[in-house]
Amino acid sequence: MSETVTKNSVKSADKESGERRLNMIEAINEALDVMLARDPDTVVFGEDVGYFGGVFRCTAGLQEKHGKSRVFDTPINECGIIGVAVGMGAYGLRPIPEIQFADYIYPGLDQLISEAARLRYRSAGEYIAPMTVRSPFGGGIFGGQTHSQSPESLFTHVSGLKTVIPATPYDAKGLLISAIEDNDPVIFFEPKRIYNGPFSGFYDNPVEPWKRHKDSIVPEGYYKVPLGKARQVTKGEQMTVLAYGTMVHVAEAVCEAKGVEADILDLRTMVPLDIEAIEASVKRTGRCMIVHEATRTSGFGAELSALVQERCFYHLEAPIERVTGFDTPYPHSLEWAYFPGPVRLGEAIDRLLKE
Amino acid sequence: MADRPKDAASTQGNAGQNKPSLTLHVPEPHYRPGDTVDYSHLDIPEAGAQIRPDEVCEAKETAPLAHDLIRVLGEDNKAHGPWDPKLTPDTLREMLGHFALVRAFDERMFRGQRQGKTSFYMKCTGEEATSVSTAMALAGDDMVFPSYRQQGVLIARGYPLIEMINQIYSNKGDKLKGRQLPIMYSSRKHSFFTISGNLATQTPQAVGWAMASAIKGDSRIAATWVGEGSTAEGDFHSACTFATVYNAPVILNVINNQWAISSFSGFAGGERTTFAARGLGYGLASLRVDGNDPLACYAAEKWAADRARANAGPTLIEFFTYRAEGHSTSDDPSGYRSAEEREEWPLGDPINRLKKHLIALGEWDEERQAALDVECVDLVKKTTKEAEKNGILGHGLHHPFHTMFEDVFEELPWHLQEQAEQAIHERETKFPEGLPKQ
Repeated sequence: MSETVTKNSVKSADKESGERRLNMIEAINEALDVMLARDPDTVVFGEDVGYFGGVFRCTAGLQEKHGKSRVFDTPINECGIIGVAVGMGAYGLRPIPEIQFADYIYPGLDQLISEAARLRYRSAGEYIAPMTVRSPFGGGIFGGQTHSQSPESLFTHVSGLKTVIPATPYDAKGLLISAIEDNDPVIFFEPKRIYNGPFSGFYDNPVEPWKRHKDSIVPEGYYKVPLGKARQVTKGEQMTVLAYGTMVHVAEAVCEAKGVEADILDLRTMVPLDIEAIEASVKRTGRCMIVHEATRTSGFGAELSALVQERCFYHLEAPIERVTGFDTPYPHSLEWAYFPGPVRLGEAIDRLLKE
Repeated sequence: MADRPKDAASTQGNAGQNKPSLTLHVPEPHYRPGDTVDYSHLDIPEAGAQIRPDEVCEAKETAPLAHDLIRVLGEDNKAHGPWDPKLTPDTLREMLGHFALVRAFDERMFRGQRQGKTSFYMKCTGEEATSVSTAMALAGDDMVFPSYRQQGVLIARGYPLIEMINQIYSNKGDKLKGRQLPIMYSSRKHSFFTISGNLATQTPQAVGWAMASAIKGDSRIAATWVGEGSTAEGDFHSACTFATVYNAPVILNVINNQWAISSFSGFAGGERTTFAARGLGYGLASLRVDGNDPLACYAAEKWAADRARANAGPTLIEFFTYRAEGHSTSDDPSGYRSAEEREEWPLGDPINRLKKHLIALGEWDEERQAALDVECVDLVKKTTKEAEKNGILGHGLHHPFHTMFEDVFEELPWHLQEQAEQAIHERETKFPEGLPKQ
C-alpha cells in the first residue's frame, strides 16, 4: 500500500526503528488518501482544502493525487458546504466536507440538524446522509473566541448524528476511516491543540512531538477503529477518568504527576457511547471524574454524570466530579485561566480521593 | 431616543443640524381585506413578444428576460412567439389530465382534513402549471427537490395516488411510517427527494446532487422548487453561489405566488426588483415566466433543462403566479388579504387557459372536459376509500411502536433500544388487554 503514503508521512517515518510515526495531521491526511483511493464515491471539499491543502495541511497533496473533481475548494459558505453534501449523499456519493474551524459550523447547523440527521428517519430509509464532517476544534492555541470552541454537546443532543473525537494519530486514522464508511452522518472533531503533539496541560513545558508517543505508530493503508468503543489509556483502581480529545493527555499527565492510579478512559465517540466500559470501570473504582474543555452548563459531562449516577449510584463512594472550561466565551489573553488545566484537575482529584 | 456615545466624533445628534430624520420602510401590500383590487399597475406583456436566446447562451444574454414575463398563450387562446414549445395535442391533453387530477385531489384532501381524517393539508390551486408542466419538461429520472406545494410533480410522474393518501393519513400503509407531516412525500423510485418543511433547505441540496451528477459524468440533472418568500433564506444564497461556482446542472424554480402565509412578496424584497433578477447577480441564466401559462412554464423549464444537460450551466426561473387558496388548512387568508385578489388576478387560471387552448385548436370540448373532471373526482374518491382501509390519523392503525426508534441510525444503538423498551412497556401498562379496537 505504498501508494497511500504521503510525502509528509515518509518524512516522519522513524528511520531507526522502521516504524512509521505520524502526527495527527499526517494520520488524517492518510485516512483521507486511503479512502479516496479505495472508494470512488468519496469526495473531499471545504474552504482552502483543494490546491492549498487546508489551513492545517490535513488535505495536503490530495487534490494533486486524486483530481479536482474529488478534492476541491468551496465558497466560504458553511450552509452551502453541508447542504451540497446532503445532496451528494442523496445521489450516492460519500462526502467528506471540512469546516475550517468548529467555530464556523453554526451557519451549517440547520442543514446538519434538520436535514442530514433526519434524512434516514423522515424518508424511512429511502435517503441517507453518509457524510463525515471534519472540523478542527478546541483551544490551547491562542485562537481567541472564534477559533477555540468545543461545541460537541450541540451535536450529541441531536438525534441521528454521531460525534467522534480522536486523541491520538493511530485513532485519528482508524476512527476517520470508520466514520467515512459509516452510513450515518458523523461529526468528526479534530483537537487542533494535539495535531502536532500530545499536550500535558503544563503549558510552560516544551512542546512534545508525537514521535515519542506510542500511539503515533500508524500502520500503512486501511484499518479501522470502531465507533462506540472506548480506549483504556491507563489502568488503575483509585478512580475512573472519562475524557476525550486533548483532555485525555492532560488527565494522564496530571494523574501521573500526582501519583494517582486512575482508570482513564478515552471515550473516542460520544454517540454512540461505550456505556459498558464506563459502567464497568466506575463500578470497580467507585469514583468518577469527567473532564472536558467545553463550557460546563449542559456540556457532554452533564450527560456522562447523569448516566454514571443512574447506573452506578450504589457503587459511588464520592460525588462525581466534572472538570470543564468555564461558561464564558473562550478568552484570548486569559486562555490558560479558562483551560481546565492541572490545578483544576488536581483539586477535583483531591476532592474525589478525600471521601 | 437611543443613547449616542458621549465621546463620539459627532456629539451633537440632530440638534441644530440640517439632517433629516430617518424613516423605516415596512412593506405593505397593495390590498387588505375588503379593499377593491386593481391590478392595472402590473405590467403584463403580450404573449409571444419575448426573445428566446439559445439554450447555451451566456447567462447575461438572459438579462432582459429577468425583468420581462415569458408568455405563450394569448388572449385568443392560441400559442404565440418563439417560446411556443409546439407540444402535440396528445401531450397537451395529458397535461390537462394531470391538472384535473391534481385539482380533484386537492379538493378531496382538503375536505378530508376538515372531516378530521388528517391533521393538515396544502393545496396548490392556481399554481398547477408550475409543477405539472415543469415536471413534464424534465426527464423522468431527473432528480427533483421540491418544496411542499409540488404535488403536481408526483402526479405528473405517475406516483400512485393511494401512496399519497396513505401518507396524508399517516396510516399503516404510509411508506414513511407515519413520521412526517401530511404532504411531506418521498419517493426515490420517482426521483423525488424527501420533502423537508424547513424552508429552502432543499435548494443547496439540489445543487449538491447536480454537482455529484457532474462529478460522476452522469447525464441526469436536478431541479428544485422554492417559494418567493423562502428565497430570503440564507440557503437560497448558498444554492445560487454553489450553482454558479461549479456551473452545476441544476434548475432553481422560484414560485412567486405573491404570498408567504400572510407576508406578501415585499417581505422577500419583491417591491424593489423581480425574483428572476436575483439570479443575474450570481451569473445565473435568469427567466421570468407567466406561471399561469402552462405552455410558457413547460417551455422555460425545457430551455433550462437543455441548457443544464449541455453543460451550459444553471438557470433560475421565477414563475409569476398567484396562491389562490390559503397557505394550508391551518391558514385563513381572509384575515390579511382581499378576497378580490383571486378573482381579479390578471393571468387567469392555468387549467382554464389550457382547456381553452385545446378547444381553440379543435382538440377538445366542454363535454370532454366535464367527463374528465368527473373521472378524476371518481378516481380520487375510490382511491380515498381504498386508503381509508389502512386507517386515518389517530384511529390506531399506525405502524408498530418500535418503528419510532428505527431509522434514527442504520443500526439501533443501546440508548434507543432502552427507550424503545420503555415505550413498549408504557403501552402495555396503558393497555394491558392489548390495543383498543376502533
